[in-house]
Amino acid sequence: MLILECPYCGVMADETELSPGYEAHLKRFGPGSSDQEFEDYMFARKNPKGVHFERWRHAYGCGKWFLAARDTATLEVFGTYPAQSKAPPMALQDKIRARRPDWKGFA
Amino acid sequence: MKRYSVFALAREALSYHMGWEKAWASPAPKASYDAVIVGAGGHGLATAYYLGRNHGITNVAIIEKGWLGGGNTGRNTTIIRSNYLQDPSAAIYEKARSLYETMSQDLNYNVMFSPRGVLMLAQTHHEVRGYLRTAHANALQGVVTEFVSPARVKELCPILNIDGPRYPVLGALWQPRGGTARHDAVAWGYARACSAMGMDIIQQCEVKGVRSGGGVVTGVETTKGFIGTKKLGVVVAGHSGQLAEMAGFRLPIEAVALQALVSEPIKPCMDVVVMANTVHGYMSQSDKGEMVIGGGTDGFNNYTQRGSFHHIEETLRALIETFPMISRLKMLRQWGGIVDMTGDRSPIISKTPLGNCFFNCGWGTGGFKAIPGSGWAMADLMAKGEPGPLAAAFGVERFREGRFIDESVAAGVAH
Repeated sequence: MLILECPYCGVMADETELSPGYEAHLKRFGPGSSDQEFEDYMFARKNPKGVHFERWRHAYGCGKWFLAARDTATLEVFGTYPAQSKAPPMALQDKIRARRPDWKGFA
Repeated sequence: MKRYSVFALAREALSYHMGWEKAWASPAPKASYDAVIVGAGGHGLATAYYLGRNHGITNVAIIEKGWLGGGNTGRNTTIIRSNYLQDPSAAIYEKARSLYETMSQDLNYNVMFSPRGVLMLAQTHHEVRGYLRTAHANALQGVVTEFVSPARVKELCPILNIDGPRYPVLGALWQPRGGTARHDAVAWGYARACSAMGMDIIQQCEVKGVRSGGGVVTGVETTKGFIGTKKLGVVVAGHSGQLAEMAGFRLPIEAVALQALVSEPIKPCMDVVVMANTVHGYMSQSDKGEMVIGGGTDGFNNYTQRGSFHHIEETLRALIETFPMISRLKMLRQWGGIVDMTGDRSPIISKTPLGNCFFNCGWGTGGFKAIPGSGWAMADLMAKGEPGPLAAAFGVERFREGRFIDESVAAGVAH
């Protein structure tokens, strides 16, 4: 079972306590954007086989959204961080790079 | 290819069944082909088969990373039905269902199609209204379905508890011509027929890159070297995103795990397929006597072909009210597959930004039942370069145009 640490309340939460929110760091486009931009925001997904940044909600805990870095090919969890982040913290990126030398980096 | 028949069986018996030829050849790849299909699962093999049979294109290679039919074709619950609401879905799934009816004869290979009937239970008033609407839509689409009463449900499947305290059975959508088939045999039958047409099935050969020139695909880099092709069909389900990245674009797809399980074998107790979408579980009995059970998908991106155990628990907990007799049944084994879920939960059979490169993906949790129809439509698209009537609505451009097929064809719910 997937276990993630909620960065707000510090609880090591089981998957049954969490709601998944799929890909994180999507750039939001709304009124005035091109059809292509809106499609990318709504539907185009990286869906990587490897390092993935995603949104989770501590639904049956503090109720807050947070972000997590996980490997979709091995289910390894690299870490979690607050939802307000524009990019994964450098310390977390360094940790991922150490664990996955062939990782292309956060883009 | 020697035909399988009762006479062949008798003839081979004389030589103690030592004379059977291999069902398909395993050649080394040629330098180039007229068409290359990536993915030798049901959909890929069906695409190749109909390319040859319907369009006369037989200089074809089917490339497979693992072994033939070893992905989701070997990991589903083998349910076949076509009782969909929207016209494009009903058309392609009904085409598939009708092709299943004659598949054993067409392929000269027993796929054990069993039109035992599919019951989709309505356990809330909302579902009753939904299925009544579907039954009316199906009548217009030429799909034979009927909304039946709880008493009729009990008659069709006596082991059902129709008076459950939480979710009583209020009726059901009954598709008498739906059923199941032997999943491996579908892949094997298509493979044998493709091989007989002179197509090359190349297993243990992983695609590492897509080569193109002037905006048109020229071939694929594989672990067995470069293979040139005029047309490329990518039919790889869960790994579609990976192949799209190699071809230089993104898809509206996320890969998640879907699990199924079987019980210990028991005596025959149900001769229909039952789907309970409100409680999120579906069940049928295999010829071996195992109860074949499926539920919902996991909720996060996953390529590991294993899911979370609590989903198994949820599925069984939900089914026990509706099928009280399974409460003391031991579960024998459980497995997972990687399903490709699109933004509107309907499949993609489409041209792509790369010329002569075609994708057939996004079947999500409902792919097995669609295999022949999907192959038929994909072959049409690859042969002509433009989608035919079956595939037209399933183009990837629908996500940009907002022209969704609003149907949980491949949703995380029961299929």
